[in-house]
Amino acid sequence: MPRPALRTAHATTLLSFALPVGVGVMFLLGWHAAVRISGSDLFPTPVEVGRGLLELARQGLLLKYVVASLFRVSWGFALAVAVGVPAGLLLGWYSRGFQAFNPMIQIFRPISPIAWIPVAILWFGVTDAAPIFLIFLASVFPITVSSIAAVQNMQPVYLRAAQNFGLSRGELFRQVILRASLPQIITGIRIALGVAWLVVVAAEMIAVNSGLGYLIIDARNAGKRYDLVVAGMVMIGVIGLVLDLLVRQLEKFDEVRWGYARR
Amino acid sequence: MMEPGNVQRSTPNVQRSNAEGASSLDVGRWTLDVERSSERAAIFIRDVSLTFPGKRLGDEIAVLDHVSARVAKGEFVCLVGPSGCGKSTLLNIVGGFLTASSGEVLVEGQPVHGPDPRRIFVFQENGVFPWLNVRDNVGFGLRGKSKEEREKTIAHYIAMVGLTGFEDAYPRELSGGMRQRVEIARALAANPDIIYMDEPFGALDFITRLKMRADLVRIWQAEKKTILFVTHDIEEAVQLADRVLIMSKRPATIQQVVEIDLARPRDLDSPRYLEKRDEIFRIMGMSLRVGETLSV
Repeated sequence: MPRPALRTAHATTLLSFALPVGVGVMFLLGWHAAVRISGSDLFPTPVEVGRGLLELARQGLLLKYVVASLFRVSWGFALAVAVGVPAGLLLGWYSRGFQAFNPMIQIFRPISPIAWIPVAILWFGVTDAAPIFLIFLASVFPITVSSIAAVQNMQPVYLRAAQNFGLSRGELFRQVILRASLPQIITGIRIALGVAWLVVVAAEMIAVNSGLGYLIIDARNAGKRYDLVVAGMVMIGVIGLVLDLLVRQLEKFDEVRWGYARR
Repeated sequence: MMEPGNVQRSTPNVQRSNAEGASSLDVGRWTLDVERSSERAAIFIRDVSLTFPGKRLGDEIAVLDHVSARVAKGEFVCLVGPSGCGKSTLLNIVGGFLTASSGEVLVEGQPVHGPDPRRIFVFQENGVFPWLNVRDNVGFGLRGKSKEEREKTIAHYIAMVGLTGFEDAYPRELSGGMRQRVEIARALAANPDIIYMDEPFGALDFITRLKMRADLVRIWQAEKKTILFVTHDIEEAVQLADRVLIMSKRPATIQQVVEIDLARPRDLDSPRYLEKRDEIFRIMGMSLRVGETLSV
């Protein structure tokens, strides 16, 4: 096809923007029509949700709840990274350690963080520590497991090359094992952040009285304000998207870009 | 990885008892020659055997069978043989990545106890670190050197392999040939006495391979390193080497040694070149007919 490359590239960019926006608009229109046709007086239309968001923003609750949720996720997640990455690197490297701890990890891993909520309340009460603990539990396993796999799947040629250059143990760990594992560790971190964000909402519904999860359950209980319920859901979705986009930026560094599919 | 542990030291005078046929006689003569010249050798391989445990208990797969060879200082030696014959295995033993079941390897007069920065290995699968750019890869073996010295050395070897201008590029942005050049520059920058190369050009296209060989010979002439180079490509061996060690099929021995006394740069059309090439083809062809299965 003898089409000028510049125009094609331009059209592609425009299309990649127009397509998702088009789908979004269709979705909102369909939602609006469905509420009107069904005649529901509880479930809100998109416009009512927008008004609800404005109301929350004006009261200062929106920012307060978003900050509260992000605060809990940041702490639980940071703890999970601080524990999971070193633990994963060590267990990936020392096969005896892996043999010893892996069965225990595999037993704890499938237990949903939601199942831990009663235990968290028992241990930490209705404080920030309860959701932070739950977020830590939810994200530490994906991070640990992907860090273990990252070390175990490292191409042996990098290790042999490094040994050839006479690296000390510490240098080998820092300059080769960590660097070779980083792309897969970042993928694990991305998955874990998604899980952490899912869990904070669930935890806030039960264990505390602030945050987006609390907003949803409170709006329903105190007067069936479904416009605010859906407003909370929209905020959760949007912030989840932003968090994922932020972590994706990590994958663009030259130091790790080699580890992802060729683009 | 399987690493047979107990290294038996055999005395130099032990001759192989199961000698049969003409090629084994050659090996006998070669062994004597090896022993006479052990003192000035850069690499001295004596009676190295390697067996792996097989699938069933008690089974043993013999990979190397009393291999003896010598590489002089500054010499360019190619190791050729049918695929799967154990030539890479032998190079890994010499490089310290594998331990022989019996026999010994002396490098610069010392027994090999593991990889050593004075002898750098260039890997078949390319060991360039993808998380470092060209500059940092080439400088990898220069830890502990002053900044100025590092920078000077890096620039020198990047220029030598023809990658000036690509210092900030990452391996994923380079072609296979360029990545192999980075690995060669990294090896040279560490200033080793010996470079081991395990089919380093195997994954490259024909034209790139020819160019890489010419450049490697030029670099070798300038740097005066000892090079032990494994390849399955007979043409490659004749283009590069001072001597070609021909290995038999498994369990492998050094079947014959061919001196390539051709001036460099080598004319790939000259009758002498073709003669040497055909000689090696003949030797390897014979070994294929003797074997039970053809392994090409």
